[in-house]
Amino acid sequence: MKFSIPNLKTEDKPIVIASAFILVILAVGTAYTLSTQGSAPLLSPGYLLQQLQTGSFLGIVAAGMMVVILLGHIDLSVAWTMTAAAMMATTVGGEMAIPVGIAIGASVGLVNGFGVAYLRVPSMIFTLGVDSVLRGLMVAHTGGFAPQDAATPLMRTLAASKTLGIPNAIFVWLVISVIIAVMLKRTAFGREIYVTGNREVAAYLSGIRTRRVILGSFIVSGICAAMAGVMLAGYSARAYQGMGNAFLLPAIAAVVIGGTRILGGQGRYIGTLIGVILIVLLNSVLSIMQMPEAGRQVIYGSVIICMLLVYGRGNRVHS
Amino acid sequence: MADIRSALATNMRQNVAFYIAIAMLASLYLVYNLMHPRGFSAAVLIQNSNESVAIIFLAMAQTVPVLLGGLDLSVGAIMTLANCVASVVVNGSPGQIVLGMIITLATGTAFGFMNGLIVVYGRLQPIIATLATGAIAIGLALFIRPVPGGNVDGDISWALTNDLYEFVATYGLFDADAAWFKPIAWIPVPLLIVVVIAFGVWLPFKRTVTGRTIYAVGSAEGAAFMSGLPLNRAKIAAFTLAGFFAACGGLYLAIQTSSGNADITQAGAYTLNSIAAVVVGGTSLLGGVGGAIGSMVGALILRVISFYFRIVSIDPLLQPLIEGLVLLAAVSLGAFRTLQVKNRLNLFR
Repeated sequence: MKFSIPNLKTEDKPIVIASAFILVILAVGTAYTLSTQGSAPLLSPGYLLQQLQTGSFLGIVAAGMMVVILLGHIDLSVAWTMTAAAMMATTVGGEMAIPVGIAIGASVGLVNGFGVAYLRVPSMIFTLGVDSVLRGLMVAHTGGFAPQDAATPLMRTLAASKTLGIPNAIFVWLVISVIIAVMLKRTAFGREIYVTGNREVAAYLSGIRTRRVILGSFIVSGICAAMAGVMLAGYSARAYQGMGNAFLLPAIAAVVIGGTRILGGQGRYIGTLIGVILIVLLNSVLSIMQMPEAGRQVIYGSVIICMLLVYGRGNRVHS
Repeated sequence: MADIRSALATNMRQNVAFYIAIAMLASLYLVYNLMHPRGFSAAVLIQNSNESVAIIFLAMAQTVPVLLGGLDLSVGAIMTLANCVASVVVNGSPGQIVLGMIITLATGTAFGFMNGLIVVYGRLQPIIATLATGAIAIGLALFIRPVPGGNVDGDISWALTNDLYEFVATYGLFDADAAWFKPIAWIPVPLLIVVVIAFGVWLPFKRTVTGRTIYAVGSAEGAAFMSGLPLNRAKIAAFTLAGFFAACGGLYLAIQTSSGNADITQAGAYTLNSIAAVVVGGTSLLGGVGGAIGSMVGALILRVISFYFRIVSIDPLLQPLIEGLVLLAAVSLGAFRTLQVKNRLNLFR
């Protein structure tokens, strides 16, 4: 796309284009509501904040997913990591609910990282196996029904209440975002993630303990997924079977739309943030238009393809 | 004689994972039949093969892009799309039924072709391109079948999901009780369909230049390019073939259940299981090693393991856990390689 935006670094291009697309979505949605209802709810701060609140769960999952994708790996276990963390948190209850949930996420990440980094099983298949084991554990634990335990007040506060008119969930998302962004940009661990993602052999030969980097990244992803699960349980007041299923593919899509290379080694956190907002707004505009599920899926897929065709194209093969 | 023996030895050495998978399937299925309360019977075989057809086709579909070193996350969705198309068009007169089947298969093949075009000319990573086109396929399936249902010709449904005897008897091709027919009358039709398509489509395709190029791309794309192999044609062919196999699975599912069901969760589960089956069947996710026949065996292994739950008294609540553990153990088997590696650099590829 030589004609589009010539003086832009390859890393920034996706971010600019995705931001522009967000404006397009808002414009189209507003034009639709103006023509049908004569009002513009999409542009009201209250509505946008509410959308961001529901988007914060996806945002937290995507933050962890991005760290793993930067390595050129993928974490397919986030769906049931979320569910397992939420279920165990509500089961334990009380003060320990959130720490237990996070600990579940960290241990899932530890298992994933061990399998991928030390056993060298492809992440695609190992995390898939861990996902089904987690599902099995949760079915055995709950008997296949939604557990009766309710979310603790703290979980409710974090996910569903507001401070100064802004939903708390957005603050949690913000804090996690800052932590991940600083970690990627300013710490040795973050730089090592990029280097390992670019070429693991070279990183290893430069003295980076690549296996620990991979292990650490999967733990980060597990913790993020667990946090999202705990928050989602707080938002819906309880944990239920399959609550994380709707998050896996949008999380991957958000990361990739934000310009992170699926093969690893390249991508900026701000891009992931914009990718999440894009997907959340796209979903809400489609639901305002009362688009049936069929149309949603088609548009959803087409948007991802078109965005990637604009800036996600790989290089031609040479020797 | 020595030549044949050494050729056989080479073949064994090059396809260790495949032969291990075959041995595993044989022993698993033997033990299953020994443990079965009523012993081996044709009825059980028919039932088992009926339940395996869709996942076998999907595993074969997944194999081709995996050989390229890519993944096709849309196979489950293409199967669902074909399933919904078939639930609309496969009925009426025999001519219409055949036409309907062709339309169904053509739909899936065309969708796979589109995947190939996007991957080759859009230069997108297959994994993420098919993630998106998978959503499109599910959307189209939902347009066709917003709610599960459909109308598939009853005769064909009966004939294709039973043994050869019923097939012949349903259509009155010849006297089904003829003496020469007896020895083969027990063979389940679904098993025959899978074998015919696997050996009739995959093996000839594998021997063409395009087929070999798929393997070459998976091993070393740069080298394949420098050798002047038709890279683009091979990639497009791989995704097209994946679409065709997935459509076969969807068509069979429609015939088996007499309905179409645009179920997003089911499509996702089938896609993920197809990847597992491919790996268990000895195909490397890095590309270049393996084949569709291996994936067929891999899919059967996963199915047979789940058959065990019917005859062994295990708490049903523990079944998903055991399935998961078996899957995890199966894919971790390859990890033994890492314990033998002396030069750690060989671990990174």
